[in-house]
Amino acid sequence: MRKIWWKILCIVIIFYVIVMGLMGEVPHLAIINESIRNTYYHVALWLAMTTLLFASMVFSVRYLIKGRINDDDIASELAKSAIFFGILGCLTGSIWANYTWGDPWPNDPKLNGAAVGILIYLAYLLLRSSFEDEQRKARISSVYNIFAFAVFIPIIYILPRLTDSLHPGSGGNSTFGSYDFDNSIRRVFYPAVIGYILLGLWLAELRIRMKRINRVREEIPDSAGHVTH
Amino acid sequence: MNEIKTLIWKEVTLEWRQKYALSGMLLYVVSTVFVAYLSFSLRRNQLTPIVWNTLFWIIILFTAVNAVAKSFSQERYGRLIYYYSLCSPQAIIISKIIYNSLIMLTLSGIGFGIYSLVMGNPVGDIGLYLLSILLAAIGFASVLTLVAGIASKADNSATLMAVLSFPLILPMLLMTIKLAKNALDGLDWSVSTDEITTLLSIDLIVITLSYLLFPYLWRS
Repeated sequence: MRKIWWKILCIVIIFYVIVMGLMGEVPHLAIINESIRNTYYHVALWLAMTTLLFASMVFSVRYLIKGRINDDDIASELAKSAIFFGILGCLTGSIWANYTWGDPWPNDPKLNGAAVGILIYLAYLLLRSSFEDEQRKARISSVYNIFAFAVFIPIIYILPRLTDSLHPGSGGNSTFGSYDFDNSIRRVFYPAVIGYILLGLWLAELRIRMKRINRVREEIPDSAGHVTH
Repeated sequence: MNEIKTLIWKEVTLEWRQKYALSGMLLYVVSTVFVAYLSFSLRRNQLTPIVWNTLFWIIILFTAVNAVAKSFSQERYGRLIYYYSLCSPQAIIISKIIYNSLIMLTLSGIGFGIYSLVMGNPVGDIGLYLLSILLAAIGFASVLTLVAGIASKADNSATLMAVLSFPLILPMLLMTIKLAKNALDGLDWSVSTDEITTLLSIDLIVITLSYLLFPYLWRS
């Protein structure tokens, strides 16, 4: 029962976000109307994904410095739950775009950047699966992970701002924070981001534990075999 | 510095001795351009500048992937160990990046010449276009060199090379196409300063990261 509080906190926050996100007060804006509630899901999912990817990169750096295989496990599982959130973020964004911009996949630099970002991380998973040796896999995919994050940030956050985009914060559109982000949204939005990050950590934690158990299980028959020889 | 110079010189001599590699790449560019020319030849007058530009950069992208992919895989394992004992990894990656940039410059320069010969040349501002080729050559070479280093450690390195490098190179490619489009339209240089600085900063980030990360790759 140790360290269970953050899982309870995660469940409470997610329920709070679902209930308050659908029933709470929201500002009334033209065109967006009630779909502004998607901020709690779409925008928060992307922020959670970026945070998880950043954490994944930090663990990759730690692996390269210290060489402990655990750090690489954490990095890869964090990246996996981040990809999961990225796909969810794409889906929620697609629904939102369908009702406000009239097209589920408008030709927008940020959307295309997001698709490329997901491709980069899928390639990361492919790279991981193409090695047999654990240490070698860990070292090479850590190098790629750091490199990928350094390219991912410009694709998602910098390049779209240089061109015209439908998203807020680019092409002369103002950012979210400036005028339409009032307190009623903030009360749900910030908990939502924290809730999703916790959920992602939980997913990653379960898979890391699974991986460690499997590793131990694989080692046991090995060592038994050595004894009989 | 001396180490890097020697390493680059070694790459050049190696390339010169086994001419098939470089001439193979040259033939690759020429035949791709020619395939594009023949495929479009029926409607050459309908080729808009945007299509002209995009087609050229896609040809350059594939040439770059093929040319740089061999930079690690062509060396035999024993020779790599020999380098490992002789020089620092930083010197190796820097020399490879410089050498691959030179190769890319040659290839894309010749490619551009032949391409504009057979497909016509609607470029308004040749100077700016050449600058975009220069920036792209350096950028492509530096991204692809590190990716080639990563891919060469795996077994199915040819597929992996394409899968790993295309998404990574895409922002650079898009920026280059935009800059090249500005050059094509003959716009004033001040319009393109944004693109030039972005490309330069991406190049800088990529080269710094390669410099920092390559030692870890080299060890395995």
